[in-house]
Amino acid sequence: MSVTTNSSSKALNPLKAGQLPRWAPWAGLGLALIVGLVFGGMKVAASTLIAAAVFVVGMHVLSLYVEGRRRANDRLAQHIVYGMFMLALVPLVWVSWIAVKNGLARLDAPFFTYSMRNIVGEGGGAAHAIYGTLYVTGIATAISVPIGLLTAIYLAEYGGNSKLAKGITFFVDVMTGIPSIVAGLFAYALMALLFGPGTVNGIGGAIALSVLMIPVVVRSVEELLRIVPNELREAAYALGVPKWKTILSIVIPTAISGIVSGVILAIARVIGETAPLMVAAGFTQSLNNNPTQGQMMTLPVFVYDSYAHPGIPRQPYWDRAWAGALTLILIVMLLNLIGRVIAARFAPKAGR
Amino acid sequence: MSKRIEAKNLDIYYGSFKAVEDISMVIEPRSVTAFIGPSGCGKSTMLRSLNRMHEVIPGAYVEGELLLDGHDLYGPGVDPVNVRRQIGMVFQRPNPFPTMSIKENVLAGLKLNNRKMKGSEADDVAERALRGANLWEEVKNRLSLPGSGLSGGQQQRLCIARAIAMQPEVLLMDEPCSALDPISTLAIEDLIQELKDSYTIVIVTHNMQQAARVSDATAFFNIAGTGAPGKLIEMGPTDKIFSTPDQKSTEDYITGRFG
Repeated sequence: MSVTTNSSSKALNPLKAGQLPRWAPWAGLGLALIVGLVFGGMKVAASTLIAAAVFVVGMHVLSLYVEGRRRANDRLAQHIVYGMFMLALVPLVWVSWIAVKNGLARLDAPFFTYSMRNIVGEGGGAAHAIYGTLYVTGIATAISVPIGLLTAIYLAEYGGNSKLAKGITFFVDVMTGIPSIVAGLFAYALMALLFGPGTVNGIGGAIALSVLMIPVVVRSVEELLRIVPNELREAAYALGVPKWKTILSIVIPTAISGIVSGVILAIARVIGETAPLMVAAGFTQSLNNNPTQGQMMTLPVFVYDSYAHPGIPRQPYWDRAWAGALTLILIVMLLNLIGRVIAARFAPKAGR
Repeated sequence: MSKRIEAKNLDIYYGSFKAVEDISMVIEPRSVTAFIGPSGCGKSTMLRSLNRMHEVIPGAYVEGELLLDGHDLYGPGVDPVNVRRQIGMVFQRPNPFPTMSIKENVLAGLKLNNRKMKGSEADDVAERALRGANLWEEVKNRLSLPGSGLSGGQQQRLCIARAIAMQPEVLLMDEPCSALDPISTLAIEDLIQELKDSYTIVIVTHNMQQAARVSDATAFFNIAGTGAPGKLIEMGPTDKIFSTPDQKSTEDYITGRFG
């Protein structure tokens, strides 16, 4: 087989196909934005929608004409994926922006050092609610992680297909769907049974949150333990390592980074719960450092109360509500950051 | 070190499915015994039942007698963990522990079995095992790096080092070279030749040349058909099995006229 290099064969290269220049999508996007602004009457939502529709349809038609059907369909799918991604980002960015914009006004030192004891109108802070949230969530984590972790270990390592394992899985799934207020009422009723009617304190709130947290921990940890390759377990067994030690020293360390993120996601899931804490942890204006005695304020309840039942003038209450919401977001972000660091430290090492 | 294994009328089951039937064989100490045969004939199952790894699979069990220097491995009261401490295993795919460094991998068996070691003693054990696995020169300067960063062949030799660090009596190898290139395969085969001076080695392989090259005795397994249990067709010195086997089916398999 000889290689022909004359120009006529190049011109007729059957592998060639029509192709839009690389700048075409950007030009199309600019054009679509102009069209959107003109027809959308300078309104953000309408303009964006029109621009997006014009861009997606226009690029598809243009590509269909220049590049053919396969590439046109590829572009269509690509643009829809990007579009949906941006749509999903809108509420996230929006919420963060509003929380920062409205919350920054009161995100000052007094906010973190003062409670609302004897405060009417301006000033004061959410120290009592921040401490309360940390206590309640901390205790809830301390209850949920051991129970959830051990349940997950049972399900993934010991349960197999037994009836008990299937039953636990079923009830964990049911627990995932429990409305949070029911968890609050459960904790309230449990505390009433154990310590007498009307016992409302930090522990009660922590129990309510645990009910919500345990199924999340169980499910995520179980999934992670299941993806640890069986070969590693067999390698350990073949070295004469007992099963419990294999789980403790091989399986869990291999999955630890995922377990940590799973636990942090579970914390993030419950830290913003309001209803069960109103029922089980209660409501107070003062700092309470004793989770076993007396009602305990938490950030979500603080935000709700400041916004729904402001005093007069209203603005300082609303400012504090926004600052509280922002603090909650910051706590979750901080937790995620800590989780990342821990995960990176313990992750299985690769590379040479 | 190095002990003799004797199987008497061994049946191996997965639940109600009989995978291997009526195996009787003797595996001599300080020698290499190869198991050959077509896929699904039960040679890996047989190998895994030698150190009670078979029963790790739910529903799997064994009937018959399996003796290690006269002691029944499946006798009442025998702890499988004690069996596995004496009979080490190397798997088809290299499986170093991903959370551990090279040195930690080598010492994993000892550390996880609660043997307290001083720093210098641990260094010695690690070096001896790695030298035994012909890996020392390649990794001596990066002992604290993760084992997963090594090449496939090095990882497999790391797994062998991990197994021999336990100073087992017997070393089982389940197709240890099937995931490796020819050069790494050669390294492992050389290693097997050295190791047989101190260990009883049993190797499962699909590679007939490999069986002919490394083993002293060869056992040929076969199945009558799908769903039928695997059987030991014949066992003997490797020279004899590969030149003048007693059974027709052995000759057919070895010469490639199988199936």
